[in-house]
Amino acid sequence: MNSDVIDIVLLAAFVLAAVWSVLTARLMRAVIALAATSVLVTSLIFRLDSPLAGVFELSVCAGLVSAIFLGTISLTQAETETEISVRAKERIRRYWYLPPLLVLSSVALLQLALPSSSTVANTGDEVRKVLWTTRHLDLLGQITVLVAGAFGVVVLFKETRKNER
Amino acid sequence: MSGELLTLYVTAMTLVAMAGVYYLLVTTNLIRALIGLELVTKSITLGLVLVGRITGNVGLGQALAITLIVVEVVVMVVAAGLILLAHKHTGKVDTRGLRSIKG
Repeated sequence: MNSDVIDIVLLAAFVLAAVWSVLTARLMRAVIALAATSVLVTSLIFRLDSPLAGVFELSVCAGLVSAIFLGTISLTQAETETEISVRAKERIRRYWYLPPLLVLSSVALLQLALPSSSTVANTGDEVRKVLWTTRHLDLLGQITVLVAGAFGVVVLFKETRKNER
Repeated sequence: MSGELLTLYVTAMTLVAMAGVYYLLVTTNLIRALIGLELVTKSITLGLVLVGRITGNVGLGQALAITLIVVEVVVMVVAAGLILLAHKHTGKVDTRGLRSIKG
């Protein structure tokens, strides 16, 4: 019963974070809400005894994709040095309580939401077996997609350099 | 997992996917459209893991979720590159600005 309550709270927070990212007027807040959604999805995935997928979701979606979004926003909405400095000072003054709050909530989440270590240990082998036997063509597909993505980025930025001349 | 909890999982996933589709449909900002796509993908990732858990194929669910995450990140990187190029050409990150691009 207690376990179900944690799931329900995480699901509610997941929906609220997604709705916040859709409804917020500022782009930066939308990206932060998206990162929060990723973290909540990760918690739910951990709750479903799938730690490898959770780690991937956390590192890639909450980390890398958020960084890509922030980079894109900063490159398309350029600010002056003075604006950046003023905004940074303002941010520290207004949100000084956030870092300790985040650390405390992370510790609480780890204590409450993660499954027992015995279930975690079993699923890693299973995923490895599935990826190398049943779904080995998926690995080939993943490599192809990664190479295509890298090639796409190279072509895009090569084109940009040519246009700059 | 109880039936009620499963219903809640499916409801939450559907709501988030619908929020993403709504965002994709109403926005003209390319970055916001990508955020909508991300929301849909997150919902599907959770769905894959959930179905794997229900059917007893946790490994298969995770393998498919990992494949989806890899595809998702490549799509995001290429789309972000395209947005930067569109911004360079039109000065905006708006779908309406793309109508003037030729070739």
